[in-house]
This record gives sequence, C-alpha cells and structure tokens, in this order.
Amino acid sequence: MKPTPPSRTFDLADVRARLDGLRGQQYWQSLDEIAETPEFKEMLHREFPNGASEWDDGVSRRSFLKMAAASLALAGLTACTKQPVQHILPYVKEPEELVLGEPQLFATAMCRGGYATGVLAKSREGHPIKVDGNPEHPASLGGSSVWMQASILDLYDPDRAKTLLRDGEISTWADFASDFNRILREHEANQGAGLHFLTETIISPTLAAQLDAILKKFPQAKLHSFDSISRDHVREGARLAFGQFVETQHRFEKTSVILSLDSDFLYTHPLALRYAREFANARRVSSGKGEMNRLYVAESTPTITGTMADHRLALGSAEVEMLSRSLAQRFGLGTMDGTSTKSESWLNALARDLEKNRGKSIVIAGEWQPPIVHALCHWLNDKLGNVGNTVFYTEPVELRPTNQLASLRELVSDMQADAVKTLLILGGNPVYAAPADFDFATVLPKVKQSIYLGTELDETAALCAWHVPQAHYLESWGDAKSFDGTISFQQPLIEPLYGGKTPPEILDLIFPQQPVRDDYEIVRSYWETQKRWPDFEKGWRRSVHDGLIADSALAEKKMELKSDAIGEALRSHQVSVTGIEVTFRPDPSIWDGRFANNGWLQECAKPVSKLTWDNAVIISPALAQQQNLAAGDIVELELNGRKVRGPIWLQPGQAEKTVTLHLGYGRERAGRVGRGVGFNANQLRTSDALWSASDLKISKLGEKHPLVATQTHHNLQSPERQIYREGTLNDFKANPQFVKQSIESPKNAETLYDTNEYRYDGYKWAMSIDLNTCLGCNACLLACNAENNIPVVGKDQVARGREMYWIRIDTYYKGSLDNPEFSHMPVPCMHCEHAPCELVCPVEATMHDHEGLNLQVYNRCVGTRFCSNNCPYKVRRFNFLWYADYKTPSFKPMYNPDVTVRWRGVMEKCTYCIQRISRARITAEKENRRISEHEIQTACQQACPTNAIVFGDLNTPNSTVAKLKTHPLDYSMLGELNTRPRTTYLAKLRNPNPEIQSEAKG
Amino acid sequence: MDTIQGSEPRMPDPSKPYPVTVLGYPAEMIGPKETYARVSDQIAGIPLKHPHPKFWLTCFAIAGSLFLMFCVAVGYLLFKGVGIWGINIPIAWGFAITNFVWWIGIGHAGTFISAILLLLHQKWRTTINRLTEAMTLFAVMCAGMFPLLHLGRPWVFFWLLPYPDTMKLWPQFRSPLVWDVFAVSTYFLVSLMFWYLGVMPDLATVRDKAKTKWKKIIYGISCMGWRGSARHWQHHQSAYLLLGGLATPLVLSVHSVVSFDFAVAQLPGWHSTIFPPYFVAGAIYSGFAMVLNLLIPIRRLYRLQNLITTRTLNNMACVTLVTGWMVIYGYIMEAFMAWYSNDPFEKHMMWDRAFGSYGWVFWGLMLLNCVIPQLLWSRRIRTHDLALFFVALSVNVGMWVERFVIVVQSLHHDFVPSSWKMYYPTKWDVITLLGSIGMFLMLLLLFIRYVPMISITESRELIALRREGQL
Amino acid sequence: MTREKTSVTALPEPEIEYEEPALFGLMAEFEEHEQLLAAARRAYAEGYRRMDAYSPFPIDGLAEALGHENSPIPLFTLAGGIVGGLGTYFMEWLAMAKLYPINVGGRPLNSWPNFIPVTFELTILIASISAFLGVFLLNRLPEPHHPVFNVPEFERASNDRFFLCIQADDPKFELSQTRKFLESLAAAKVVEVEQ
Repeated sequence: MKPTPPSRTFDLADVRARLDGLRGQQYWQSLDEIAETPEFKEMLHREFPNGASEWDDGVSRRSFLKMAAASLALAGLTACTKQPVQHILPYVKEPEELVLGEPQLFATAMCRGGYATGVLAKSREGHPIKVDGNPEHPASLGGSSVWMQASILDLYDPDRAKTLLRDGEISTWADFASDFNRILREHEANQGAGLHFLTETIISPTLAAQLDAILKKFPQAKLHSFDSISRDHVREGARLAFGQFVETQHRFEKTSVILSLDSDFLYTHPLALRYAREFANARRVSSGKGEMNRLYVAESTPTITGTMADHRLALGSAEVEMLSRSLAQRFGLGTMDGTSTKSESWLNALARDLEKNRGKSIVIAGEWQPPIVHALCHWLNDKLGNVGNTVFYTEPVELRPTNQLASLRELVSDMQADAVKTLLILGGNPVYAAPADFDFATVLPKVKQSIYLGTELDETAALCAWHVPQAHYLESWGDAKSFDGTISFQQPLIEPLYGGKTPPEILDLIFPQQPVRDDYEIVRSYWETQKRWPDFEKGWRRSVHDGLIADSALAEKKMELKSDAIGEALRSHQVSVTGIEVTFRPDPSIWDGRFANNGWLQECAKPVSKLTWDNAVIISPALAQQQNLAAGDIVELELNGRKVRGPIWLQPGQAEKTVTLHLGYGRERAGRVGRGVGFNANQLRTSDALWSASDLKISKLGEKHPLVATQTHHNLQSPERQIYREGTLNDFKANPQFVKQSIESPKNAETLYDTNEYRYDGYKWAMSIDLNTCLGCNACLLACNAENNIPVVGKDQVARGREMYWIRIDTYYKGSLDNPEFSHMPVPCMHCEHAPCELVCPVEATMHDHEGLNLQVYNRCVGTRFCSNNCPYKVRRFNFLWYADYKTPSFKPMYNPDVTVRWRGVMEKCTYCIQRISRARITAEKENRRISEHEIQTACQQACPTNAIVFGDLNTPNSTVAKLKTHPLDYSMLGELNTRPRTTYLAKLRNPNPEIQSEAKG
Repeated sequence: MDTIQGSEPRMPDPSKPYPVTVLGYPAEMIGPKETYARVSDQIAGIPLKHPHPKFWLTCFAIAGSLFLMFCVAVGYLLFKGVGIWGINIPIAWGFAITNFVWWIGIGHAGTFISAILLLLHQKWRTTINRLTEAMTLFAVMCAGMFPLLHLGRPWVFFWLLPYPDTMKLWPQFRSPLVWDVFAVSTYFLVSLMFWYLGVMPDLATVRDKAKTKWKKIIYGISCMGWRGSARHWQHHQSAYLLLGGLATPLVLSVHSVVSFDFAVAQLPGWHSTIFPPYFVAGAIYSGFAMVLNLLIPIRRLYRLQNLITTRTLNNMACVTLVTGWMVIYGYIMEAFMAWYSNDPFEKHMMWDRAFGSYGWVFWGLMLLNCVIPQLLWSRRIRTHDLALFFVALSVNVGMWVERFVIVVQSLHHDFVPSSWKMYYPTKWDVITLLGSIGMFLMLLLLFIRYVPMISITESRELIALRREGQL
Repeated sequence: MTREKTSVTALPEPEIEYEEPALFGLMAEFEEHEQLLAAARRAYAEGYRRMDAYSPFPIDGLAEALGHENSPIPLFTLAGGIVGGLGTYFMEWLAMAKLYPINVGGRPLNSWPNFIPVTFELTILIASISAFLGVFLLNRLPEPHHPVFNVPEFERASNDRFFLCIQADDPKFELSQTRKFLESLAAAKVVEVEQ
C-alpha cells in the first residue's frame, strides 16, 4: 500500500483552469485535489496520511508519553500537591474556604512576550487543573488564548528543570546563594563593571524596582533585555513619529473600517483577547438591519486576522510597506515612485472608504513591519481623525523601554570583548532565540560566571555555569502590567513542584539580608513601599483577590506628531525587494519555542494550515508551480550564506514571492515532546533582518518529510453541500431569511413517531455557534482539552487520522487560488435529538437523557465504532490504543477529577461539559430553584475570546441561546438529514466594499 | 484413472470426456456402474483408509501454519488494541468487517445448496451438499470471529447477548449489530443441526465398515447408535425436510441482516434499499465460487468424478453466472439511484468510488466480478476443471474487494469534507485475513479426513432412482 | 487378649443354570428395497404389528406399510416456532419498553420494525431446535446397543441390505410359523435375533 513516487508533480495551471470553471459559491480544497489528477492521490499520501501509508502499524513508534511513563517511574512526584507554606492547614478540620470536591478559583496573571493577561486558575483539592480568562481583567475579559489554556500542561510537564545545576552537577539553593554572594562581592570592588543582566521585556514593577536598586548599588552594571518576538519596530515607529517611546492603544468596538498592515491584532498582539472581543462586538449582526465593521488586511501569510478579512491582499512584507506608502501618498504624504500597481484600484477604494469613515477607522501595523510603516500608521490615524476616538497613546507600558535588539547587540559585543565577567540571564533562552549572526552559543561560554534562570534544561541552560529552575507562574508570587497598563498580580496555587525560583527571588540575593526573602515577601514589601492604598492590608488583599489593581490602566496621552520627520524618513530610504522574500513569524501554537515541549500545543492544528507537530517552509502555490515543488519536499533554504533545511507546505493565500518560516521549532534541548521537532528557522534569522529578508535561495533536495495536517480537504465540493452557509451584509439586509432559502431541516411535525414520547420539558440544553465571529483561534479546542482530560496521541497517530480533540475547527477555502476567502467552523458534537449514533449502538453505550444530551457511557462501551460510522458530522473519537497517560506521575494531579480518563477501546466525544451541568444542577437543587442563565458555561464557550459559542437552556424563556435559535441566520448543519441537532450555527456574513466587489466580478 | 473411464461410457464425440445429452450438456448425475456397496466403500473408505496421506499432510501443514499466524495476530491485537489495524476516524471499520461479510457470504452456498435445492428437488445437489454444508459451518466460524475481534474491548462481547445483567441492562435491539449476533448464531446452529442430521446415518455406515475397535466405538458414539429403522427414517426425513424449509428463509434473511449493518446507517453508499437482495445474491455468488474452488481439486484428488460429475460442476457454474448478473444489476442500480436521487452526497460518493482515491480498487472489482465471470457463458469453460477453478477464484477475490469498497470507500468520503481521510491496511490487517483463510482450510481438511464428505445415504437414493429409471 | 482357633469349612459350589437366551425376534434379509416394501405390506396384512424394517436409505411408504402413525415432528416444529416468535418479541418489548426504557435516538420505545429481525431469527432457531431434538426424542437416541446389532449380517443394514424384523413379543408371533412366513417373502435369509 506504499504510495509509489509521483510520476510528475501536479500542474497548477491545470488547477487554475479548473478553478476558473467553478462557480462563485464553490469551495475548493488542497491544491492537487481540485486538479483531480492521479498525482493528487500521491499528494494525499505525501501530504497527509504519509506515516499511515507505511506498512507497519506504528504502535511501536507512537507516543512519547508512553516513553515518558517508563522513564518517569522514578521521578517520584509525591510532593506535587504541596500547599504554599504561607497558609498550609491540616485537613483534620476542613478549612472553611475549601470544601473537598468543590473547585476554588484564584485570580492570577500569565505573561507572554512580556505582557500580562489576567487569568482565573481553578484548583481542586489543592492542585491547579484549569486556567481561564479573568472576566474582570481588561486584557482578557474572560477570553482565553491557546497559551493560557495550555499553560496548565507546562506546570505539570515531566521534563521541567527539576534541580539546581552547577556545571551540570546537582546543587542546592544555599550553595548558589553563597556562590552568588561571592561573585557579587568581587563586583562590589569595581562597582559592578562586567556584571550584566539579560532579561525579557520588563513589565513587573517589583523587578524594575529591584533593577533600579541594583544599578544604584553597581553603577557600572549593565542591563539588557531581549524578547525574540520583540516589539522594537513598534517602539522605533513611535520614536520616529513622536520622538519618544509611546504605546499605541486601540478601541475596536467603535470602528467601522479597519486596515491591518500585516498585523495579527486578533491573535498575536499582547492585547489580542480584548481586541478580538471588541472586533467581534462590532461585527455581530443582532437584528435585521445590523451594521458591521469592514476589515481590510494586507499580509504575507494567512493569519487569524487575515482569515477574518472582508478584503485581503496577499502581499510580501516589503510590498505591504509600499502599500502603506502609496496609501499615505493618497492622503498627501510623501511621493511614491513605482507604486505597487497590482493593488491600485483596491487601494483607491480603500482610501475612499477610510475617508468616508473619518474618526471611525483604524490603521494598524504588525510588529514585523519596519518602523516607518508604524510611523505611517500614526500619521494616517492622525490624518483620519482617529486619534482620540479609536486610537490613543499612552506612556510605554514596559518599564525601562529600550531597543532590545540594540541592547542585546551591546551585550554580545561586550561578551566578545571579554568585558562580561558575570551574566545573569532571567529566562528567554537566548542561545536558541537570539539572531543567528550574534552567535550567542559561541560567545556565551566566554562568560565565566553565567547564571541562568529557566523553566527547562534548554540550549541556554546547557551553556551556563549555574542553572536555577524557574517557577511556573502558577507557583509564583509576582506582579506584571498588561498591555493597557493595568497592574496584575500573580499568586501561587501550589508550592513550586521542583523548588523553582522567580526572578525577584534571585535579584533579591543581591541585597543580602537574613533571612532570605521569598517572592511573597519581596512583592508584598515592594507594594508596601508604594503607598498605593490608604489601608495597605485591605488594598493588597483586594488586589491579590481580584488579580489586578482596579483602573490602573495608563492614562491617555496627547502626542505631537512629527510629520516632517516621517516625510524625511520616507525620502531617506526607499523600500525595495529583490528575488524571493522570506518572512519570520512566531509559530501560532508554540510561539517562539517556549511552548515547544507542550504536547497540547504541538498537536493542536495550526489555525489555517491545520499542520501539527511541524513547522514548514510555507510557500504560495504559484511559487511552488514555478519552482516545481510539492508539499513535503525537503528544500534547503539559503539566505546570505546561512542554510537551513525544511519541508515545503503549500499555503493558498500566501504572498506569491514570499516564503514564511515559523519560529520555535528545531529545539535541540527541549523535553521529549519538543526535541528535534521541525526545523530551527532562527538559523536564518539575523539581526539586520529579524522579520523579513530578500534574496532567499530555495534548492530542492529530492527527499520527503511527512507533514501531518488534521484536515486535508478544504473544499465543500458542491454548492448543494450546504454545510457552511454565508452571505454578504447586503444579502442579509435585502433578505434576512436568505440562509433559510437553502435546504432546511424537516419540520418536527413531519414524523411517524409519537411526538410526545420524548418532550424535553425540564431543561433543554443547546448550543449556538456564531460563524461570523469565530476567529478559528483554537482556544475552545485547548480549553476542551484541559477540561475533559483529552489525551495527546502523537504525530504518527494524527497521521493515521486518530486525533482525539472533541471540538475541531474546520477551515474552508473559497475563491481564487492565490488569495482565497477563509471560513472557520468549530464542530463539537451536535447532540442530535434523532441521533444516528444512538440507534446503531448495540449496548446503549450512547443514548439520550431527558434534557436532550447525547451521552456516551464509557464503561458500557464495547467499541464497535458503528456510532462513529453513522455520525454524519464525524465528531466521535475512539481510543484505538492506550492513549490516556495513566502512568506519568506528574500528570495525575493535572487531570480534571470530574471527568473520566478514558481507556483503550472506548468511544468518546463532546458531552456539553456534562460535569459542569451536573455541578450547577446540584447547586440549584440544593437551593430548590432552576439553573439560571449564566450558571453554566461549557469549556469552549468560556474560553472563546469573541463569545462566538453560546450554550444554554432552550426552555428558559429569552435565554441567549433561545433567542439565537430564532435568529434569521440560524441554521443546522446537515439538518436535511433530520438529525435535529441541538448545536446550530449562525451563518457567516461578510461585509465587502461594493466597489472592490464589483471590480472583482468584472 | 480407471475410475472415470470405468464409470463413464465412451463418447460418440471424443472431444467430450463425459457423456452428453442430445443438447451436448453433461448427462451423468452419477456413474452408471454404481451400486450401494460401491458408493459405501468408496465414500466411507476415505475416512477409514485415508488415501493420499502425503498430500493431505502438506495441505494441513500449510493451513496450520497460516492458522498459527492468525493466533499470533489475534494475540497481539488483544494485547495492543484495534489500533494495530489501519482503521481511523472516519474509516472506523476496515478489514475486519470486510472479512466478516465475505466469510458470511461464502457460508451461504452451503445452506442454499442443501436447503433450497432440496426443496426444489435438484437431485444433482445430493453428492455435494455434505461438503458445502461443512464449508458453511467453517466459513461462519471464521465470520463469527471478526465482529468479536474488531470490538474495542472484545472481552465484554457478551454485553451484546440478552442475559440478566447486574446493571439490568439489555442489548439495544434496534441496532443492526444485535440483529447480526442473532442472525449469525441462528444461522450457525441451524446449519449445524441440519448437517448433523444428514451425517448421522453415514457415520453409522462408517461404524459398520470400521475394522478396528476404537473406530467402531468412536463412530458408534458419534452416530448415536443409528439403526436406520423405518421409524428412524420416518422422523429423520420429516425433520430433515422441515429444517430444509426453515433454513430456506434463513439463508435469505442472514445476509439481509448483515446488509442492514450498512443499509440502516445513513452513510452515502450504505443507506440503500437495494442492499438486502443485492447482498444475498452476492453471498450466493461468492459461496458457489468457493464451493467450486474446493470441489474441483478434491474431486480430482479423491477420484470422485463418478459421484461429483461434470454435470454437477456445470450446474454450479450456471448458478454462479446467474447470481453474478444479479450482483451486476445491484451495481447498476447503485449508480443509477445516485444519479436519479440527485443527492449531492450520493453523487459525490459514486463519483469518488469510480474516480476517487480508491478508483483503482473499484475497477479491479469490476474486472474480477463482472467481466471475467462472463466466461461462464461458454460451456467449454463450465465443463473444464481448471478454467472453471480460476473463474471461481476471480469471483472470490472480487467479492472480497466488493465488500472492501462498500466498507472503506463509502466511509472515507462522507458528508463533511473536513473529516475525509484515507485508509491504509497494516501488516496485521493482512495477516488476520490470511490467517482466517488458514483456519478455514484447516477445519475443512480435518472434516475431509474424518467424516464422509459425500452423503452416502443420498447417493444410494440416487442409485435406487436410477434403478427405477427415474434419473 | 488371647487368640481363639477357628475351624475353616469350605463353602458349597453354587449351581449355575445355563438357559436359552431370550429371543428378540426374527429377521429377514432382502437385497432390494422393493422386496422389503412388499414384505412389510404382506406382514402387516398377515396381522403382524410389532415389527420394524431397516434400510440403508429412507424408503417412501415403508413406515405406512408397517402401520406406523404419522410423525409428530411437524407439530413439535410449529409449537417451537410459535413459542420462539412470540417469546422473542415479548422479550424485546419487555427489555426496551418496560424494564429499562431509554431514549435511543428519539425512536419510540416500542420500535416494532426494528424488533422484527431478531424475532424472525429466533422463530427459526427455536423451531429448528425442536425439530432436531424431536428426532432424538422419538427415536430414543442415543441408544448405543440394540438386539438387532447381535445379528452379524445386520452390518449391511447401513450398507446395501434391507431387513424386516418381526419381534417376539408380537401377539401373533410364533417362531416356526413366522419363520415360514418370512421365508415365503423371497428373503435372502432369515435369522433369529437374540435378546
């Protein structure tokens, strides 16, 4: 059954020809498939089930977690539910705030790329089991990102750094403290010359204060900060426009037109969760005559934001700059020679649209765009009167803002000059993440006294004299600012599993006092000195309880725009791109590599490509045709002398001449999950081209690498296949019922059965999913994962089509090959009232309850899998092998005790989080009342940043879900099969600019 | 080869090695020189004297080793789980169910020959029904294992049976899988009883012919002291006829029920009303093919041409051809309904079946199942052992492929394109299939070795009829 | 204690009586089944009732000729079928609709169309089993030994010979008479069957 090597790669001209033949509403799918050539089947082999097409069963190769089990039998983690020492209490008398079996919620904060997001962490019997957004926190509003949801797995990761190491030998905190003191005493002599600190973006007031103190004590000491996904260009852009660092904040709910210049403000931006919520609110169509905002996106590779666009241009990074220049020109700034002609008319329409919506628009640029583009955004927003309405400026959020690249360069040159005696690295893994030309790995060993505080035994740890395990944020006390400036507090839910330390604890050693203070005392005492609250104790407790200091967000700030400086900058250098452009982006799942050892993130399909367990050389179909490349071909990329090898992935919507590489993969020293997965794009990334570069050379090596995607067909085949329904805002205004015009489900009366036999007159659970506001960000998927103890199965099993996620996000493409429209569709169990799965189960392992839930009884299931065959939605998941990890000790406290961990040979699927329903029911029954509207949130609903998922009781009059079911856009997927799903969808609406639309037609 | 020459008179037409009717069809149903004593000696002689031990042992060794492979595969399966097979979501059924349907189908020929042809007074069945019934039993044994093995948790298979469960739970009688359990077990038991009733008097013959004490005792016990008294025969005959009558609707029902496993589901390519008749026809089609594949070598080896005459083979070939056309009609109707219903999912399924990723399998199926069997229109093929053997072989393979296409191809492209996947069998899938064939052959060889493989009694009846000039 | 001497006296030999083994009946051997059939008719006409015929294959009308009443097996089967059919449906209804009613895919608790297949199968099964067991019951099988096996020629009853046996306990049985009668039936041979 091995696929024979392809006779020829498919012909994209052929593909194009066929595509032209397709009608407008038609969706198409992964490229070769439409070509319908035999080579397409080859590609199916190559692209998708590759591993599976091999002769052997793969059991042997499967599941690092199994290996984990074996190797971890020794790692006795009996201490993994230790309580924080501050308030440990015997269970002889149950502490009143803790009832066994009842979850406790604690507000704390998670930081990514520096900025904090407030979270609520759920603890059961003293161990954290789930993390969700803190609704009161401005940076979360209750929504979650994949990283928040997955962070719980990081806490229990069996591969975390467990011991303090000195030159690789196990050591103790006391030894470290004394050695560190020795080092410091040396430095006291020379005022700290040669004493260097390397931190990530600093947003912790406590840490900042400590650093200030250190500089006072050691005037010669140097601070450097570096974040591999740095916002330097944003900083420099602001400096260019205003002569100083300022932070730009946006208000999306007020906007009617948004132009994103390569900005992924819905997903990667530090305030993405909030922006997503605001964006969605401005897009949701409530009544028949609703209004929506309109989103224009110009970007090099499809991102979450790009897929939400009403008009999207696939432009290379440099072309985006050209675009912004010529847009500015249209508003009278600078002169543009050689305008990007291909998007001329698009640009005119856009300009008119922006003009029309003065004060109600936003122009936003991505972190990866050069400073000039950011400056232009400032200028345009100013010109369009957005400043003060939709855009405003604040003091920089980060403390001691600096050009991080410059500061890292300074450090490196010092190290080369042997000027660095002592280097204290607080997280960040620079050896892996620093630009290739800095060659951090070779200069770091020149530093004799290097200390590294890191969560895992990574590349940097290996090269440092001291490695101190860093505490997970759920183990630490701390404070941090979120992007809007709100000060957030971290409090531990659990004593550090492996005695990890926090940055403040290390820095605190510099001021020797007896006894050594822990992070709690450090943070607390810092805030005591701040005199922020009249009654400190009260204020402190309140803030820690809330997880934030109420309205501590930064105040709006009037800024003076330096137009002439911008104009000058425009003239001074011209943008140019030659040959093939390469762009570097953080990976949508594992970010810059810090999540590389997180199985959930590795396995969750990337938002658009649906790839798992790999990064790839993402190229456009056109380029593939030109270079005669097919998915899975391993190529060698060369960028001025530096080389890296990776597999090709064809991504519709990718800018034609731009190759995109995702960072974070190819880790050489990570845990057993992340090690050696994918290739390390940092090897091409140099300080002069952090985000994009020209003249990339691609050479085919003739080898193959199996890339595994969870979805290979992005095409709905035929217009009759009305699975994903959509229209434009104008269609909707013209005829609110237009969705219903297409096939509808049979009416309930149309049946031979006695309609009164099952009447759900108690509760009647149902779900409504709004396709219009779904971003496809995977937050729901990972939330479900954490809530329901869903196992990770590994690349090989995914390749065989055995991924276990209960809710999946289907992404469909529509329209042109080079720049399709994207549609995301979350698919959980539909909980059909006429469930086809139940009818065919021979043992009643799946059946209906009186509230309309389609139940799966694990201990009755014998595993015939007939239910899955008969499920039209294919939402059922089967434990083909032992997927659940029963053995790894550190995972045991992670599992949600309310949910069964499934064993081999049983079927499983979405349960509408029945455990949450039961919990609410019990409470309600104790109080002898009905469950009220917002008492139950399914995990996916709770995580959704845009509230696209709504769950509730249809029998509760005017409950949100009940209302949504009567919405004109409501339709049930495959309703024509008379399955009567309880999960229904609100059709997608797009809001295209009539001018551009007509032109596209013409 | 004096047996043939001796039993069959010289031809006026030397091109035909067998006596022919005026129309040129094979005439003989049983050799002219046969007497009661001769058939008794010839047939009972095989279990008693065990001719050609070398050949038998070689075959047994091969079949046995295949069977051992099967045991290994099953052991590994129970140890690891069904994940060792190529199945996935959406293709949750693969080889296991394909094999199940295939084996059940093969089983059908036996009952068809012994029951339906009995009621239709087809005398030519008498010399082959014993063997085919045995084949049925063994095929159903093989079939029966697969639904159990393919379970995620095989050790709790008994939850599919109605029994007083501590949780007071019952099987879900609306599920076709439960119907299967009853249909298959009923089918097995009825076939077993039918077969035993038939074999009992012959065991008595072997007992009376046995020379050694032990053989006498063993065969004596196994025939329960049969004396062939008028009263015995009276009850025996009426029961035999009734079982025949009961088995007839059973044959038709069993594969209909198996087809419900698919027809009751709403999957495009499964959800179709033509399935029951189409499955039954297919079952008899493959069953007859398998019977031919077994009879032809056996009859050669044990020199049974005088009993299993060319006429028998010719008739079997005709039935094969007819059922083959029923199956072809089924194919045509499937395609027609897909087009006529104008259902997008059905249409796509049909398109994908022919031109999709598994298209080559489908066209292979067409060749094996529809094209090659047309050779049977020629009388020369029908009466030529080797040719007939290979045509039958192609039908057997073809019918397996047909089930594969129905199970796998329909599943791999269903309603929601996002979940479309491919299925690739693993080595364990293949070993299990081959192993089950090994088990089947092993049981069959044991049967040939120890039990009279042709009904002596009914052969005697033929002779009696011939003496009365009724043949 | 002291041991007493006891005189041993030999026991008298028991007297064994040798008597003629009881006669089970007379058995006539024929070469063709027509002869057997004719013989049976004649014997019945003669007034013999307690007799049985043995043949290597079933012979139409033989049982009638011997005056055996019709086989009740069809009745057994019918009864079995009815019990099986009704019983099964009842079981399904009880299980699905009464004992443990569960909402399965919104289908009616008593979804009779879905209950038919199993009902049908079990009807056949129980009917067949009753027919099958009927044979053994009515033929009193298994019966490893029977007087007729004492006749060495009887071996051929399962091969190529046909036998008619008139039992000694027939009221009309009289050894010499009956033997004469049987010999008059073109029997190849007439032998006595010992009990």
